[in-house]
Amino acid sequence: MKEIAISVENLTVRFGDSVVLNNINLNVFKGEILVILGGSGCGKSTLLKHMIGLYEPEKGRVIINGIDIINADENKLRELRKDIGVLFQSSALIGSMTVYENIALPLREYTGLSDDAIERLVRIKLAMVGLSGYEIYLPSELSGGMKKRAGIARAIALDPTILFFDEPSAGLDPITAAELDLLIKNINNGIGTTMVVVTHELESIFNIAHRVIMLEKEEKGIIAEGDPYILRKESKDPRVRNFFNRHIPEHLYQKT
Amino acid sequence: MSSNDFGFDIKGLAEAGLTVSLSGRLSVENFDKMLSFRGDIFSKYKPSSLVIDLKDVTYMDSAGALFLIEMEYESKKEGIPCEITNMTKEQRGLLELIDRDAYEKSFQVTKKAGLNFIEQIGHEFIKFLDDIKNIITFIGMMIIKIISSLFRLSSIRWNDVLTYMKKSGVDGLPIVGLISFLLGLIMAFMSSLQLKQFGANIYVPALVSIAMIKELGPIMTAIIVAGRTGSAFAAEIGTMKVNEEVDALIVMGFDPIKFLAVPRVFAVMFIMPFLTIFSDLFAIFGGFVVGVLGLDLTVHTYIQQTMKAIKIFDIITSLIKSVTFAVLIAGIGCHRGFEVKHSAEEVGTATTSAVVTALFIIILVDSMFAVVLSYI
Repeated sequence: MKEIAISVENLTVRFGDSVVLNNINLNVFKGEILVILGGSGCGKSTLLKHMIGLYEPEKGRVIINGIDIINADENKLRELRKDIGVLFQSSALIGSMTVYENIALPLREYTGLSDDAIERLVRIKLAMVGLSGYEIYLPSELSGGMKKRAGIARAIALDPTILFFDEPSAGLDPITAAELDLLIKNINNGIGTTMVVVTHELESIFNIAHRVIMLEKEEKGIIAEGDPYILRKESKDPRVRNFFNRHIPEHLYQKT
Repeated sequence: MSSNDFGFDIKGLAEAGLTVSLSGRLSVENFDKMLSFRGDIFSKYKPSSLVIDLKDVTYMDSAGALFLIEMEYESKKEGIPCEITNMTKEQRGLLELIDRDAYEKSFQVTKKAGLNFIEQIGHEFIKFLDDIKNIITFIGMMIIKIISSLFRLSSIRWNDVLTYMKKSGVDGLPIVGLISFLLGLIMAFMSSLQLKQFGANIYVPALVSIAMIKELGPIMTAIIVAGRTGSAFAAEIGTMKVNEEVDALIVMGFDPIKFLAVPRVFAVMFIMPFLTIFSDLFAIFGGFVVGVLGLDLTVHTYIQQTMKAIKIFDIITSLIKSVTFAVLIAGIGCHRGFEVKHSAEEVGTATTSAVVTALFIIILVDSMFAVVLSYI
């Protein structure tokens, strides 16, 4: 049995009157790339934000490396946060800081290393994501793909064991998106980081996923789980097959 | 040695070549130690060749990888062979992740120092002149658009006008009222302390009402509206710029100034005279409270004295003033908003600047009014 890095237990999420996710159970194993997928509005990003503890769920728990992130005290949570890196959908780089300062920020906060050491570490992070030479740029001066790279560099600044990606290739051209997929795969291969990726880009899914789970809006939960190549061919659920084969459901055809 | 430490064991002779056995964690928390160790190896031992043994390393992160790369780099510089042995597959993977050519490229942490002092002064001055030009251009353009929409009243977004009237007028009334009331109270009280000595308490009502209607009413209202509404306009439009909403309007064929600025300016134009009158009334009421309770003036005397002091001409000029201020405050607020390009920081700067610029120009225009009105 593989070691479990994250486990989500009976998670129910409610916004106002509407239940978005109902009773989700899910394990993420150490070292794997798990892709959460599904159509727009099915609660992918919501699930991710609950997994990193940004939102409090209606019911259920999320356990990361043995720590219950919903009920843990402040100190434990701080320790845990060092072990987690997140790439947000819009990269979420701090706009008033240069790329260098953005990446140095968690290093300064958590390590107490000398400025010289921090400079070296930032340099190596930039060399890892292929953004060397852009350290004095402000986020607003970077292109979308470069912002994502800088976001990844910041997310891996403390060498976390778990990385979360919220739609890493959204809004990028196919080449940049493919490069980003490669980077994600390389980091996973190289450091063995556990990764949870939210995306609906089919190309990315087939490229990087070890395992996928599919969420569905009506079901408010997981409708499929497994290897994407197998799911595409063998799933009995038409919704899953349609997703992987880019089929428009038949009832929509008749309308047009 | 605890399991969290970084350790090393050095074997061999410097001349014959060193074998360095590393152990423990090659990780961020030991990075400073590793760096000083690296310095020691090359300055103290001056080895003729180097073998780095990773057999006892329990954990290595990118800081560890960096350390190894720097060891190799340094050996290359010294011209000695360096070999890393017993590397696991993961450690190799991590090392391969790093683009060494890119790492060795020059690195800049801060931007090069820009202009010298005199150049900076010049730069700022040119910016200031540009800014004045831009504001004048913008307000001129806006006035043209306002006039042109007056000919086509249906082109104005009246719903927006009403919303902004509520936001900047009705919602602002309590604070305008409170501040003016206290201002009237204080003015009456302070002046009475002086006037009492001459038995001239009877002039307090005139003092409060003239000062308020001619100067302080419009100015106080303008200051509050600049702080409440001008800043809000700058922040709203600025955020819309950041979100590309303004671009979307342009693409859809809307004129952003007509769509966003004109309704706001109209709303403030309509509401400012009312706020000013309310401000006057509240201040006179403040004076009235002091006059009646503290200065032995009767209710009747106070009102009569106030009525005698107020001239219709003063009220009209004060209203004209307040409409002028309204155009300036709303115009500058919108202009600052439109100046934002794409960052959250700029929104903050625009908001601050909207208030500061509006206050500055209000005082400027008010003094112009004072001079002009004294000749009429």
